[in-house]
This record gives sequence, structure tokens and C-alpha cells, in this order.
Amino acid sequence: MNIMESPAAETRTDLGKLYRREYGRILATLIRTVRDFTLAEDCLQEAFAAALKQWPERGAPPNPVAWLMTTARHKAIDQIRRRTMAEMKHQEMITLATPEENSPAPQDTLRLVFTCCHPALAVEARIALTLRTVCGLATEEIARAFVVPLTTIQQRLVRAKAKIKHAGIPYEVPEDDRLAERLDSVLAVVYLVFNEGHSASTGEELVRGDLCIEAIRLGRQLVVSLPDELEAKGLLALLLLTDARRATRTDANGGIVLLEDQDRTRWDHARIAEGTALAKIARSGTQAGAYAIQAAIAALHANAPSVPETDWAQIAGLYAMLARLQPSPVIELNRAVAVAMADGPERGLALIDRIVLPGYHLLPAAKADLLRRLGRRHEAGQAYRDALALVKNDAERRYLERRLAEVTSG
Amino acid sequence: MKFMLLFQIDEKRWAGLADFERDQLWAECSELGEAIAASGQGRECAALHPSSTATTLRVREGRRLITDGPFAETKEILAGYQIVECRDLDEALEIAARFPPLRVGASVEIRPVLERP
Repeated sequence: MNIMESPAAETRTDLGKLYRREYGRILATLIRTVRDFTLAEDCLQEAFAAALKQWPERGAPPNPVAWLMTTARHKAIDQIRRRTMAEMKHQEMITLATPEENSPAPQDTLRLVFTCCHPALAVEARIALTLRTVCGLATEEIARAFVVPLTTIQQRLVRAKAKIKHAGIPYEVPEDDRLAERLDSVLAVVYLVFNEGHSASTGEELVRGDLCIEAIRLGRQLVVSLPDELEAKGLLALLLLTDARRATRTDANGGIVLLEDQDRTRWDHARIAEGTALAKIARSGTQAGAYAIQAAIAALHANAPSVPETDWAQIAGLYAMLARLQPSPVIELNRAVAVAMADGPERGLALIDRIVLPGYHLLPAAKADLLRRLGRRHEAGQAYRDALALVKNDAERRYLERRLAEVTSG
Repeated sequence: MKFMLLFQIDEKRWAGLADFERDQLWAECSELGEAIAASGQGRECAALHPSSTATTLRVREGRRLITDGPFAETKEILAGYQIVECRDLDEALEIAARFPPLRVGASVEIRPVLERP
């Protein structure tokens, strides 16, 4: 142990860890008892602030989570009592006065997730609210992760909380007959959080790992809370299998590294094993869902020894299955690339030429790569230029510029 | 809490329906109205004449300005409303989802009613 480390500093680190791990869970239970997002958040923040002050002096309590919950609840009671002077709020007092619970209930976290991801909220609001409340990310962290001004995120959160309060958005896990419909909305939020972390659409870094980790944490919680939902398993499998390659997707300078050039020995093999097993379970139902199919594709990539030895024919088949489930030109593009790998660039090119996807840089980029492989350098150069006109991410731009230089040189 | 369900229909599409289809939808709307009333959750409700009968009033520089037609030129036109007493938004959504013209491109806007203290 480092002798320079004071007990106070040690408590601070421990409290920081506790915050990351427990904030969302404690908040979820607190919101249920207080029935007010903002009040619950304020009181929990105050409880953590009190802990930061008191624990280094008096030592941490034997059960820190219980201490935080009780402290936050007492602060809430005080607040409501003060308000009650003006307007009687019997019901809240009654809920708060009922026998003390001092551990967070897992069901409450699930309730909180479904409330934050209610389809009556705008998608951006769902994402910000979930990261702020369930994951306990600071508003500044969310703003930084999505490269938007802090005030934008603050406004989003204020508006979302006001809508939950005034529009009567329930604090509940939906009934069985609505669960599938509402779970879609929850899974979409988790997927978008991961995607933003995995392929940052703007800015300099290609990968923002924190968002990937948060998304996986959320995915795990959903799999544990809803063990019968195969799509939750499918999504978690997809995230694990994609994240397993994170370290190898960029080089030391932040440049993009293509799948074929990635060092497969550096892939996270524990994640691949876990993701592959989950992907198998996710497809065990009568009809595989969209996440289960994408997880199956990711599993084929992750377990292949190299790009040429990948089962591209099966991947093309899975993309065809996915396109039937949710028709989209982006999926058609992926299928075309898989077909090109399985049956040759000409076949892929024929499919790509039928796809209409205005403004999407990966369409001309994929076309350019196939033309380059066919040795049609002049056409490839034009397609790379088309892609460069549309690309927003700096790492991808550098990759495209490098390829353009290759096909136009000598 | 109270919610107002604002029923909006695409009048052009509505006019394009066969007579028997419109009759059928009207009958189903009446049935829905009765079912909501019988459930004890129904409060005030009304169906409206088409937007061709609408008149809009504004005041510009202190003068009344009266014009023919609805407030905004949109495809979806308010065709009626129903106030319901519900536990939360999800319950209101369940009732709204039973509005028969949803089958022919209609939509329902759900708004919480401002409760006076």
C-alpha cells in the first residue's frame, strides 16, 4: 500500500467507486418512494456530498449503501415537509413514512429504465436521461460524449423530467402484453449509446470507450432483469462481440484499422466467448430478432481466423434475413459487401449499384473499394472522392484520403 | 389524472372512403364512446363538423380579423375530443389506441389536462 495515501483520500476513491456502481440503483428506489425525479436526484446528491464530508472524519458506515439511502430519504422528507406547509402532500409523506427499505430493489432500476426510455420522450431525451439517472453520468460527461453544448443537455434533461411529471409517464415496468413493444424502445437507447461510443459520428476520436462500457452495463442489467427476453440477450451479445475488437480498431495515431489489418490476437477473447454463447441462446426462439441476427453476424466475424477464412456466404444469408425483418438500404449495403467477399467484387458491385442512400459516405466508400479490387482505378478514384465529400469523422477521412492517393498515384 | 384525447383525421382520405366504410367507422366510434362512458373513465366529449365549417378569429392591432377555415393548413384536422380519467399516460394510450379511424390514417394526440388547485 502506498504510504502517501491518506485515509481521507482512500475514502474518496472508495466513494467514487460506490457512486459509479450504486448511484442509479439507489436513485431508482428513491424515485419510487419520493415520486419526483428532481427531488430524488437532489437529495441523493446531497447524501453523497454529506458522505464525502463525514466519512473521512468519522469513518465509513458499516453499510454505506443503506447509509446513503437513509440519508437521502431523510433529506427528501425534510424537503417535502417544508413544501407541505404551503400545500398538503399527504400521499408523499405516507410513502416516505412507510417501513424503511435500505437496499435498492432491482425491480426499481428496471422501472427507471422503462420510464427514461418511454416512447413518449424524444430519442435524444431518452438517451440523456438514461445516462444521467440510470448510469449516473455527469451532465458534463454526456455533453462531451455527444459533442453537444452543456446547456443543450441540461435543457434536454429539464424538459424530459418535466414531461415525465406533467404528461403522466408512469414509473412502472409495462404489463406483459406491452412489454415487447416498450422493450424495443429501451434496447434502441442502449444500442444508440453504444453506437455513439463505438463509431463517434463527429469529432476526432473514432471510439469513446466510456459510452461502450455504459451500454454494456445497461445491457447486462436488462438480461438479468428480463431473463425471458431473447432480444435483450441478442443485443448484449452484439455489443460484447463488437466491443471485443475496440482496442484494434484504431492505431496509435487514432487512424482507422480495417478488419483485415486488425491484430486478432489482441481481440478480447473473454468478451468473444461470452458474446458467442449469448448469441447462440438469442437465436433459440422460433423467430430470431434483429439483434440476435446481428449478433450471429458479429460472432462469425469474431471467431474467424482471418478475413478470407470468414464464412461470408453465411453472413450474406444473415443480412438477407435481417433485410426481410427490417428493410433498409444500409442493410442491403452490408449484404452487398458480404456477397462481394463470398462471390467476387462484380456480384457485390451489381448489388451496390441498385442501392439508393443519399448522403451516406459508406455507400461510395464500399463501391470504391470494390472498384479498386477490380483494378478499375479511375472509377475507384471518383467513388473515393464522392465518399470524401460526405464523410464527417476525421479518422475515416484519413483512411479514404490514403486510398484515394493509392489509386491515383503512378 | 385527466387526459384529453384529440382525435385528428386526414379529411381528404376520410372523404375518399366508400360510404359503407364511413358508416362502419362512425358506428364503431359510437360504440367506443359508449364503452368509455360505461367504464366510468369518460368525461366530456364531442365530435366536430368538418373543417370546411371552421372559422378562425385573430386580433391584429386591436382589430378583429375573422377568416374562413381552420387555424393552420394541415393534413390532419381535429375531428373530436374525449376527456378521460386515467392512472397514467400508458392507460390513456390504451384507450386512445381503440379509436377506430386509426385504421385509415388518423392520429390521436394525448394531452394532460391542467388541473386547477
